[in-house]
Amino acid sequence: MTEHDMIEHDAPGRSPLDGSLPDGSGGGDTVDALRAAPADTGRLRDRLARDAEREGLADVVYRTVDSPIGGLLLAATPVGLAYVAFEVEDADAVIATLATRIGPRVLRADGDSPVLDAAAAQIGQYLAGDRRDFDLPLDTRLATGFRGEVQQHLARVGYGRTATYREIAAALDRPGAVRAVGTACATNPLPLVWPCHRILRSDGGLGGYRGGLAAKQRLLAMESAA
Amino acid sequence: MRAAFDAAVDRHGATVLRICRAVLGPGPDADDAWSETFLSALRAWPELPEDTDVEAWLVRVAHRRAVDVVRRASRAAVPTGAADDIAVLDARAPGPGGVRAGGSGGAPGVDDDEVDPRIWDAVAALPTRQRLCVAYRYLGGLRYAEIAELTGGTEAAARRAAADGIAALRGTLIQTQIQTQTRAQSQSPPQSQEVAP
Repeated sequence: MTEHDMIEHDAPGRSPLDGSLPDGSGGGDTVDALRAAPADTGRLRDRLARDAEREGLADVVYRTVDSPIGGLLLAATPVGLAYVAFEVEDADAVIATLATRIGPRVLRADGDSPVLDAAAAQIGQYLAGDRRDFDLPLDTRLATGFRGEVQQHLARVGYGRTATYREIAAALDRPGAVRAVGTACATNPLPLVWPCHRILRSDGGLGGYRGGLAAKQRLLAMESAA
Repeated sequence: MRAAFDAAVDRHGATVLRICRAVLGPGPDADDAWSETFLSALRAWPELPEDTDVEAWLVRVAHRRAVDVVRRASRAAVPTGAADDIAVLDARAPGPGGVRAGGSGGAPGVDDDEVDPRIWDAVAALPTRQRLCVAYRYLGGLRYAEIAELTGGTEAAARRAAADGIAALRGTLIQTQIQTQTRAQSQSPPQSQEVAP
């Protein structure tokens, strides 16, 4: 039995005045005190993200922001904003997907980050009704194939207007691809910026929305009221 | 590694900061060592084998970065080698209650978290080898063989230094606590049910 094994059996949270190890070294409580020493890394993490971005070491930087439609996760690459996720999505799963599809050097950046700062500011203005178009550097690498064509076409449906899945399919010369257009909207990496909330079903139904139907309704109501 | 690096910062960030503080004392040097540890880790991350013990790997990187921070600060052209790592860290090691070169000793305003000076002062009072062995064993969870590789000397010496370090640390903490309690008692009015000394 090593002293390390013995330490494992020591109750945590006792003061150095209580108890000692069977070998008389009395290390367990002291080890607990050492391991419990406060170590807040928040400020250091902000600095790490800044250094990494400056040195081009980060594949992805991300942060979460509050918004009127719930928490949003914003993720950027050195090229630009690459992904926007909603509160209803599992953040860990989103991060894992970004690590797989873009690169594993993913860092949270709650401090300064030019693209994330601009994205957070513009999305905030948009959701407050003070902005109609986005002017952000975008990384479109997650928008590939026909889906990507659909997703990048979405920005042509202007503020306060709507289109149907069928109309988008026709506009892209793929009238039979209505379902594929629906899938493209559901997998849009840049919702809000590429306004998939403006795409509805031909029968007037809402269709779907990655951020939840309540958010889609709220965005449409906000735009039509403006 | 294919997993997001950020999860490693979540999981090991606080441990690595405690190790940097144990080795260098709380303050700007420990912060620099932490930052450079994770920047090095970030550079190496994509090529790191999937089966790596990430925490042990980070502890080894932290040791090297801590030594680098001191080398840079002292601008001493010290030759490399494990035995010299101890010598380098020794060169700036604070004596008990002494002032650290480059460290802040947990001065207010340097850290936004609540640095517990009591524990770090007690750690700082240890001889360098004991300090490192305690940090790498009890905070970093390294095996004594791995610690010996970082600090020089034998596995047995690392084991002994860690045990001696913890025992000395405990003695210091008890002393500090007794002093604190004595101070607190002398400052507070005696309780009526207490027997006067």
